[in-house]
Amino acid sequence: MVDREAGIPTLRAPTLSPPALSAIFVGFVNIGLMGFGGGLTASVRREVVTRRGWLDDRQFLSGYALSQLVPGATNINLAVFIGSQLRGLAGALVAFAGLTAPPLVIMLTLGALYFHMQGHAGAEWFSIGLSGMGAVAVGLNLGTGIRLARRNIRKLGPAAIMATVALSTGVAGIPLVYVLAVMIPASLLLAWAIPRS
Amino acid sequence: MTQILLQLASLFVVLSVLAFGGGAGVIPDMQRAVVDTNHWMTAREFLDMFAISRAAPGPGSLIVVLIGQKVAGPAGAAVSFVAMFTPSCVVIFFVSRIWHRAGQSAWREIVERAFAPIAVGLTFASGLVLLRGSEHSLASYAVTVIATVAFAFTEINPLFLLGGGAAALLALGG
Repeated sequence: MVDREAGIPTLRAPTLSPPALSAIFVGFVNIGLMGFGGGLTASVRREVVTRRGWLDDRQFLSGYALSQLVPGATNINLAVFIGSQLRGLAGALVAFAGLTAPPLVIMLTLGALYFHMQGHAGAEWFSIGLSGMGAVAVGLNLGTGIRLARRNIRKLGPAAIMATVALSTGVAGIPLVYVLAVMIPASLLLAWAIPRS
Repeated sequence: MTQILLQLASLFVVLSVLAFGGGAGVIPDMQRAVVDTNHWMTAREFLDMFAISRAAPGPGSLIVVLIGQKVAGPAGAAVSFVAMFTPSCVVIFFVSRIWHRAGQSAWREIVERAFAPIAVGLTFASGLVLLRGSEHSLASYAVTVIATVAFAFTEINPLFLLGGGAAALLALGG
């Protein structure tokens, strides 16, 4: 795999002509199949920003923040958001279907396997293997955070906001609603007061 | 049967609307409803389903189809899926249309710049929450750290890391 991110400026112009619905579907099938557990956001960014260039990092990040702000599973919201930005209602439906259909089949198959294996020898191994993949998925999530921070956070103010959000929700366990109620106005004020450089 | 399907539908519609900050946040509520209130399964079974949903590709919130499948077969899985995702998808769709109509306006530019550090912070936070929420052994922590560094600083394929993680824990016995 080549490093496609090297040399690409952070503020890249969005693609001029919107992608075909079939391309959106295939893109989100890839995302769903390559994105495990906590690593799913990493997978969305890889496909939509790095590989296909449908959105730049800032558009992706604002979609991600909006997906967290409204209720529901973040990455499913993000798929609906991106599909809708690219091709309206049809794009949203196609992105949702692509993201959920193959994993749905796999999940039901694994579930059937699990119900079948319950109480049999080998169930414990199955469970250990699963937890190993779970541990990697957490790492994929943190690794994506590092990548995003290196490329998008260049000033002290935004860095402080990033760290406060991460630590207050991730370590102190303060409910997200309170954190966002304080940090969104603070970050808006900062963005408004300090024009883009 | 209809009774159980209605129970599943109302449970997941409510959880869908309450799931601020992502699907993982409602897992404790889900467990309470499924294990303690309705006695549909044991806590151990719920934990196993959670592990499957985390390790299987795709959105972890698809755990609802496993619960539906266990409780009421394929019809239960279908009802749970529709109930969990329809309300939240409708909301984000209308938000995204408003966003789209804002085009290149000045307020959208400011909001985008303001949201970037918050979104990056949330990415770290969700990883940290998962780390605290699961029973991590020393070996799991090591796997998580190696995966973090490898994914952040190399172009390694995530599937390779996932396979390696499963193999490492199996070799070390958990």
